[in-house]
Amino acid sequence: MLKTLRQIRRTGIVTEPMPAPDDALRIRAALERRILGILGRALAVRMVDAGSCNGCELEVHALTNPIYNIEGLGVHFVASPRHADLLLVSGPVTVAMREPLLRVYEATPDPKLVVAIGDCGCDGGIFGCRGPSLGAVANVIPVDVAVPGCPPSPNRLLAGILAALDASAALDVGQEGRGRAE
Amino acid sequence: MTLKTWLAASAPLAEDPAIRYLRVGAEEWRRLAEDVAASGGRLLALWGQDATAGHPAVFAAYHTAAGLWVGELRRDGPESADDPYPGVQDLYPFAGRMQRAIRDLQGLRSTDPDLRPWLRHPPGEAYEFVRVEGDGVHEIPVGPVHAGIIEPGHFRFSVVGEKVLRLEERLGYVHKGIEQRFVEFDALDGCRLAARVSGDSAVAFSWAYCIALESQWRARIPRRALWLRALALELERVANHLGDLGALGNDAGFAFGLAQFSRLKELVLRATETAFGQRYPMDWVVPGGVARDLPAAAAAALDRCLADVVAESAVLRGIYDEHAGVRDRFTGTGTIAPELAARLGLAGLAGRASGQAHDLRADLRYAPYEELRPAVCGAVAGDVAARVAVRFDELLESCRLARRILAGLPAGDSRVAIVPPASDEFGIGAVEGWRGPVLVALATAAGGRIRRCHPHDPSWQNWPAIEHAVIDNIVPDFPLINKSFNLSYSGHDS
Repeated sequence: MLKTLRQIRRTGIVTEPMPAPDDALRIRAALERRILGILGRALAVRMVDAGSCNGCELEVHALTNPIYNIEGLGVHFVASPRHADLLLVSGPVTVAMREPLLRVYEATPDPKLVVAIGDCGCDGGIFGCRGPSLGAVANVIPVDVAVPGCPPSPNRLLAGILAALDASAALDVGQEGRGRAE
Repeated sequence: MTLKTWLAASAPLAEDPAIRYLRVGAEEWRRLAEDVAASGGRLLALWGQDATAGHPAVFAAYHTAAGLWVGELRRDGPESADDPYPGVQDLYPFAGRMQRAIRDLQGLRSTDPDLRPWLRHPPGEAYEFVRVEGDGVHEIPVGPVHAGIIEPGHFRFSVVGEKVLRLEERLGYVHKGIEQRFVEFDALDGCRLAARVSGDSAVAFSWAYCIALESQWRARIPRRALWLRALALELERVANHLGDLGALGNDAGFAFGLAQFSRLKELVLRATETAFGQRYPMDWVVPGGVARDLPAAAAAALDRCLADVVAESAVLRGIYDEHAGVRDRFTGTGTIAPELAARLGLAGLAGRASGQAHDLRADLRYAPYEELRPAVCGAVAGDVAARVAVRFDELLESCRLARRILAGLPAGDSRVAIVPPASDEFGIGAVEGWRGPVLVALATAAGGRIRRCHPHDPSWQNWPAIEHAVIDNIVPDFPLINKSFNLSYSGHDS
């Protein structure tokens, strides 16, 4: 126990500082403001891998490390789409994941945001859109923001989540009637 | 018969004396499998091809004490298309799923009885899980979408109370048709796709791809490039082991471990980006060498980073070892005893934690590992604790190797131009990735087009073992057991 406490003390707080006019950091400061301003509570995110090579998942994981500390900003990854405000979806969507992805989308309460991540989530990427690969996430469910990159860095992912919040503010979050885009 | 008697019938593949290639008939296909098994060898991969690649055939790659063997059984003879080839599931249990995959992808059927589709999910067709009958038995279906940030797959548990009687996996959800996709690539460009078979093993796959290509095109790669590739491979191992060690602590209820190790992993990824230009070097190992040389300043930073990782992980290992709760969750959980591991063909890191001392870096001594001489780490307990211990040991060993590479990096070019020959060629490349043996089989056409490419992830070997590892464990320990193997869904489904 003593060793554990000593290690915690020695490590200190490694989360990178908030404000300062640095691009990457400004994203994060702005993100917190948007969350407080629009949702007034934590943003609940559900991650769905719809067919990726697992590279995108590695960088989503990195968001939760103490250096990016996304939970410290109020963004929380949840275990069920029923608890989620935002779906983070990696692609390319495979034939076998089409139905599960549609079900996740249906199970997520309105108003909901969808951020497609990675080159493959944006347009099918290196796997293209043929055979068992259906390509972009937007080919299966409506997408608010697409974050390219192979894989996108944690800061790019944060920027994408922010962009989705901005888009939803402009559209008024309470909008109804966005059906399945098939 | 012993393996030696096959030597006369075989020829070196791509002029490499360590890789024997032989064409066999149906009866020999079976006998070769038996002789390899009897000599203590293991199956590395099994794949098929259809007429689009020239002629229908099935291939098997074996790893024996005498090196690698590739057997080809052509299916363009007088036998009818439905005539099954001899199955080898009784010798190599995990071959069953690979044979099912060959049937899905190439339509070639084996004599083994399980004919359920594996990679393909025919729409509207329910998958027939094996039912467990009895008082109080109920099923828990999990997935394909899981609760965490992980890849999709389906697990069907049959349980009584908390105890798992049986687990059956259903994979194939992330099957993207990578093999079909390969033939649309120029061979010089295919390494980019290979790196994305399983993103966490990008260096292992792109390197195995490059070995397959360079050997069949008779290219000589500069020593400096080989050392740099090894540096990237060891850093990939370090990053993945750090991530897993943190996640395993977390799954045992010790969030401190996740915080500490995920921080160390981030530092390694940042140093990797400085060195190779990418946090995950997806496009760095290329035919002929590496995409860019190592900046001198990055080398020094990388060395400092690794020294820190070694020091910090020693402290953390002490904390894990002394933590009663962590020890209790790790010890005796998800056990695969060495005997069972041998029978299942358990590979790579998980195999080494169950007494299977195979490591292609040491066994094949492909360059530059014949100079670097990696130590093979291992344990025999075969439980989560053993897989954690092997990760700690390999983490240190990889840091040592990486620092040795940084200290003794040979001078010279980091890349040479390579050109396709004017003939059809075939070759394989095998690399010990952080998870286990990665194999790429590649056939190119004159001019450099890809005729056929099969990437094989060691997850194929190890997924069936998880079904054994969870028996008699409790359902809440499944995430911990699963994480202790940390297998790739994408690499398996491709």
